[in-house]
Amino acid sequence: MSEQPEPIKKVSLIVSKGSLVDVYPALVMGNGARMEGMEASIFFTFFGLGALIKKTQNSLKVATVGNPAMNMAMPMLKMPITMPFPTLLGAIPGVSNFATWMMKNEMENLDIPTIPEFLEMFTDAGGEVFACKLAMDMFKLTKDDLCDQVSSVLTVGEFYERSAGASIIFT
Amino acid sequence: MTTKELAGISVDVDAEGFLTDHKVWNLDLAAAIAKEEGIDPLTDRHVDVLNFMRKEFEENGTAPSIRKMNKLNVVPTKELYALFPGGPAKKAAKIAGLGKPQGCI
Repeated sequence: MSEQPEPIKKVSLIVSKGSLVDVYPALVMGNGARMEGMEASIFFTFFGLGALIKKTQNSLKVATVGNPAMNMAMPMLKMPITMPFPTLLGAIPGVSNFATWMMKNEMENLDIPTIPEFLEMFTDAGGEVFACKLAMDMFKLTKDDLCDQVSSVLTVGEFYERSAGASIIFT
Repeated sequence: MTTKELAGISVDVDAEGFLTDHKVWNLDLAAAIAKEEGIDPLTDRHVDVLNFMRKEFEENGTAPSIRKMNKLNVVPTKELYALFPGGPAKKAAKIAGLGKPQGCI
């Protein structure tokens, strides 16, 4: 009989992109890890920082271009999932806003919090939120631009130090 | 399903130790399960949370989410994690005599 695999005790998630659907998975996975009693942290870098910047975190959007998996089976369109959503349609002004609005409604129905509320829930649960120093420098941001849930701005080296013993997951 | 001796009575539990029938639950059982989960003693605050969870379960058929309990001011998320360390939703549901929570959030 094979030995039982060691349970995961700690996860470090990395978010490098800033559309709504890029940010949620890390929050769900990180919060889920805390719910299971694991240590969890999320490191936001490059456009992922948008989820932490006070001025932008409420207005993350669903990307409606360049996503070949996007289809017409959205709740209000109710067309078959096999019908692709043409990327050119996605470029029309307002379409991304509309798709975002629809997705946010669906999420609220499923009891999924908004990004700022989710960050608060995650940190209340004992999760840690980090911002990437290099990306901050690149975007000319200071810690004051970020929401209160960010515990530290870290270099890559510091991120790895803090992730000792963790499973690192790049989302 | 197995039968287990808890707080002086025998109850049916599933493979992970969750009661299979939430109706057999009482506070003595809760305290016994809590002890197994490393929570001893069970305080009034624990009991407040358990009672709310059971009420929600009876009304809606599922245990409430952590978010809901925070929003309705039943228990702030921070306190919930402190009350049930190492997996609040699962532990609280287990001690409340309910099934394993099915939600992801």
